[in-house]
Amino acid sequence: MSLSAWLTLARGEFWLDLSLRVGSGEVVVLLGPNGAGKSTVLSTLAGLLRPDAGRVVLDQVVLVDTAAHIHLLPRQRQVGLVLQDYLLFPHLSAVENVAFGLRSRGTPRDSARAIAARWLERMDLAGLRERRPHELSGGQAQRVALARALAVDPRILLLDEPLAALDAGTRPAVRADLRRHLGTYSGCTLLVTHDPLEAMVLGDRIVVLEQGRIVQDGTPADLARHPRTGYVARLVGLNLLRGDAHGRIVTLGPQATAAVAHDASGPVHVAFPPAAVTLSLDQPHGSARNAWRGRVSDVERHGDLVRITIDGPVPVLADVTPLAVADLRLGPGVEVWAAVKATEVSVYPA
Amino acid sequence: MPIVLLLPALLGLALLLLPMAALVVRAPWGRLPAIVGSAEVLAALRLSLTTASVTTLICVVCGVPLAWLLARTTVPGRALLRALITVPLVLPPVIGGVALLVAFGRRGLVGEWLYETFGLSLPFTTTAVVMAQSFVALPFLVVAVEGALRTADHRYEQVAATLGASEWTTFRRVTLPGVAPGILAGAVLCWARALGEFGATVTFAGSFPGTTRTLPPAAYAAINAGGVEVAIVLSLLMMTVSVTVLVALRDRWVNTR
Repeated sequence: MSLSAWLTLARGEFWLDLSLRVGSGEVVVLLGPNGAGKSTVLSTLAGLLRPDAGRVVLDQVVLVDTAAHIHLLPRQRQVGLVLQDYLLFPHLSAVENVAFGLRSRGTPRDSARAIAARWLERMDLAGLRERRPHELSGGQAQRVALARALAVDPRILLLDEPLAALDAGTRPAVRADLRRHLGTYSGCTLLVTHDPLEAMVLGDRIVVLEQGRIVQDGTPADLARHPRTGYVARLVGLNLLRGDAHGRIVTLGPQATAAVAHDASGPVHVAFPPAAVTLSLDQPHGSARNAWRGRVSDVERHGDLVRITIDGPVPVLADVTPLAVADLRLGPGVEVWAAVKATEVSVYPA
Repeated sequence: MPIVLLLPALLGLALLLLPMAALVVRAPWGRLPAIVGSAEVLAALRLSLTTASVTTLICVVCGVPLAWLLARTTVPGRALLRALITVPLVLPPVIGGVALLVAFGRRGLVGEWLYETFGLSLPFTTTAVVMAQSFVALPFLVVAVEGALRTADHRYEQVAATLGASEWTTFRRVTLPGVAPGILAGAVLCWARALGEFGATVTFAGSFPGTTRTLPPAAYAAINAGGVEVAIVLSLLMMTVSVTVLVALRDRWVNTR
């Protein structure tokens, strides 16, 4: 089982254009900021929205081919959809919700209910069979929605921000649960989120969408180490710079270079964690050190540390201790030197 | 409180409340059971209750799909259609009666064909009463149900579609239960409007005791014939129904803060 999709769609200023593959049993997370077009992709795959142009093939079945005027209806697609607020039918009990798809596809009432009951057992919801949606907690409702989508044996599961409606306290447990259930599902899964942690935990692969375009596609580990855009770098908490490498020197701008520990050449990304940055008022010395002069533009609490935003030829985020902030009297407008050891800087082709 | 505001406000209040109070004060309470039990009042009451109920049934059966069409599909000229449907809300009912006569009368647009082909004559029959009531009451139901459909989350229907439900199944098992309160409210409003219908009814169906004389024409006939007491009792009956409807739909239509 696999999905291959190519979609383009224009809505006023917004223009979505992407190609996507999801393998059998693979969980692909579509990660991006609000308005990137993530939900639009799901709606188009589910058949709720027609792309301007595109071709979507799921298990050798052509769902969409605009050139051939093929556009299967949602009910012909074998697609499971779980939306952010779950949208359980409020007038039906949990078991009736799960049985809905089977009943719609012609399964007799009693066997549909029996199959639905088994699905609820698998989701550890056996005791809540007759509950109405408003009597379920957020996590329970999410599992009922998941069971409802899976009960009709879809070839692909589409999840739109499945954890966003939960409060922060229950989210980790539900997330772990969801991960377990997705692990046992043999079809393709495409999950949309704007939460990087969710993407890291749930995704086998992460596809980053910005302004309707895919800007990065890789494993969570790859993304965390080698971000390719400022958005991804901020998500994973790294400083990200672009430049041209010649040996162990990377030219970042007219008056800015970075020293790195490995040879490289051509256009590269340079990344380092904010915690690797040390600040001083005087120019630091040391052979394997990068030192850039700049002006503090922002100071804000960040966990146990303080995040300092420095503007200059090389913009830098630095995480320092509150003690350092006090010692150096750091505040907006203060001129500082930011230093990073070459060994802390990773460099990879852009 | 400035007197320039208070005075007209009280005047308006008196205009609304005095007539209703008068009905209660002048009601022949002692002879009430006898009047209500009289043949003419009972006949009018029975006719009113049955025709209004049949009208409501027809309005629900035709009005809900019509509302669905307006709210959920993109039929061309939908805005115009919606405007036309609300015309009977502002049209004087007598004009509605004239229009019905011109359409379904024995020489009417459709009526002539009906009469010549099937020997069917609609005016001045109980059927005509139901048609007149439906003409004025249907918009109430359509407007109420369309509003309910518009505020209902249509993503439930999308989810149903992805689960494999046909449009009919989706309508029956998802859409309809979702707007049931709206349909109920529309039906009650529709029934109340049908019960109070006068102008279109007397114009298209006349006022024949037993077949077309519902409560409002009966009250009008009684007062014209000098039977003030009967007219008062009929009015009280109607007023009781109106107040009951208002109380039943209080949360929905009347702002009780």
